[in-house]
Amino acid sequence: MANAASTLQTRPRPDWLKPWLRGETWAAFLFILPSLIGFTLFYAVPAVRGLLISFTDWDLLTPAEPVGLGNYQRLIRDRDFWHALWVTLVYVVINVSTQTVFGLTIAVFMDRLTRSVLVRGIMILPFLFSNVVVGLIWLWILDPSLGIANELLKAVGLPRQPFLGSPDQAIATIAGINIWRHMGYMALLFLAGLQSIPKDVYEAAAIDGAGEVRSFWHITLPLLRPVLVFVLVTTIIGAFQIFDTIAITTEGGPIDSTRVIMWHIYEYAFQRFNMGYATTISMALFVLLIFLTLLQLRWFRAGESDL
Amino acid sequence: MSVQTGSMGRIRFRRPSAGRIVAWIVLGLLIIITLFPFWWIVRTSLSNPRQLFVDTTSMLPARFTLNNYARVLGMMSTSEAVAAGGSGQTINFLLYLRNSLIVTTSLVIGQISFSALAAYAFARLNFPLRDKIFTLYIAALMIPAVVMLIPNFVLIRTLGWLNTFQGIIAPAFLMTPFSVFFFRQFFLGINREIEESAKLDGASLFGIFIKIVVPMSVPPITTLAILAFLSHWNDYLWPLLIGKDESVRVLTVALGIFRTQTPQGAPDFAGLMAGAVVSMVPTLLLYFLAGRKAIDSIQFSGIK
Repeated sequence: MANAASTLQTRPRPDWLKPWLRGETWAAFLFILPSLIGFTLFYAVPAVRGLLISFTDWDLLTPAEPVGLGNYQRLIRDRDFWHALWVTLVYVVINVSTQTVFGLTIAVFMDRLTRSVLVRGIMILPFLFSNVVVGLIWLWILDPSLGIANELLKAVGLPRQPFLGSPDQAIATIAGINIWRHMGYMALLFLAGLQSIPKDVYEAAAIDGAGEVRSFWHITLPLLRPVLVFVLVTTIIGAFQIFDTIAITTEGGPIDSTRVIMWHIYEYAFQRFNMGYATTISMALFVLLIFLTLLQLRWFRAGESDL
Repeated sequence: MSVQTGSMGRIRFRRPSAGRIVAWIVLGLLIIITLFPFWWIVRTSLSNPRQLFVDTTSMLPARFTLNNYARVLGMMSTSEAVAAGGSGQTINFLLYLRNSLIVTTSLVIGQISFSALAAYAFARLNFPLRDKIFTLYIAALMIPAVVMLIPNFVLIRTLGWLNTFQGIIAPAFLMTPFSVFFFRQFFLGINREIEESAKLDGASLFGIFIKIVVPMSVPPITTLAILAFLSHWNDYLWPLLIGKDESVRVLTVALGIFRTQTPQGAPDFAGLMAGAVVSMVPTLLLYFLAGRKAIDSIQFSGIK
């Protein structure tokens, strides 16, 4: 090998070329080739293409017409967009805050009361099934005329509620449905964090006369902060993209009361075939979410030093 | 943990405190709230559709029947189905079940094989641009799916892959950034020595990967398989955009379309719930088979 190379080689090969001639490099590129194709076609190119489409007016049938920043100017003036953003925000606040309180409560109770895998297995159950199935179940349970929920209200002497049928209650109801689906999952994530808190910290606190409640506020919550922040931001990012439940139950109604951003995008892209403007809305959502992600990265690092 | 220290520091037997009893009651209530809707699906799916209008509260099926299942599984003629309270539209959940199985199985197999292959190269091999490419993959982890949604739809449409299985499968078949990241972490953690000695014995890189690394990676493969199954089995928006056609319609899309086919104003809830149960059975089977492993995998997925 060495001989053959030295006789063939009159000039030394440039340094940058050397690693490309090794067998390992070729093997490595064969290993990553499928993933590289998938990444290029379905992640890298679309991300760039999405940005490009947002500078055009395009109905998929006729060629895209460049409109510069036109779509973005339209976005700023689009009252429906700001309404959608507001509805989404209301959803995120109701959903995430309540879900976190429930999740945390369940996690603490499971941590203090039982190690039972069965209890954990039950609490996670709703998370295993699709938003579609979950949406259908609750559509039926909350049906204004035939649903069991109103029968239960009647049984305890409360008035019937329209739930998803009312513009005032619909978005809170959607939030409630997803609280039901996610609280056990969230509890499971918190539980993992709780179990990493050393038990002797609690025992020491108990000797000093701290009860369960004080231990929770002064030990559990501060030590859980990194997990709490991480799970919270991930949940918020997910909640901003709420779509399935709304597509199955209210389709943005009644009177646009559940017209969230993803529904707004869906309608513009796939019902009105206004690809340019739909992509512009999704870019706005992207900026919002990437901002949250960066925030999360900062907080997560800041939180890590705490433990 | 099962002992409490008294005021004098002496250990005494713990009797259930009022706080613990209240906590158990709250937890018990939450368990009931979690489980009740599942019973309600089963109860509704086993009820006579007309009787549901009259009997809204009984905990047991209202006039027990298996007809809803026969109806959604396409085992009834159209006229029989209409007579049984259906909309008369053709619904064949056996076909949708098959479609869902095709889509999910190929996605789980493809995604895991190709992601693991790539991750092994990122973890073990030296090649130019390695860290740059990997950083790009990680950056993709942070881009929300909505950004790629419309361009990917346009691409699939341009390829003429609308209403085909390859169209539904394509975006996640060759990799997901998360699975590459996940496998790479695992491979970095396993001992190199066995691989090194196999290399000295003249084994090829691919041979080492298949015969040594894969058998050692059963736990992470199982974890990812569970997570990938759940996410693709339950996916709605993408298959809704790509595959509305009967021949490739998956269960989630089928349930959505079924809901909008209203016979007499109100959705056919008995049929819908039977369809929902059909779509839930494979997940439940997997859950019982995987047991604790499934819970641990899901718990892990959120921490990343």
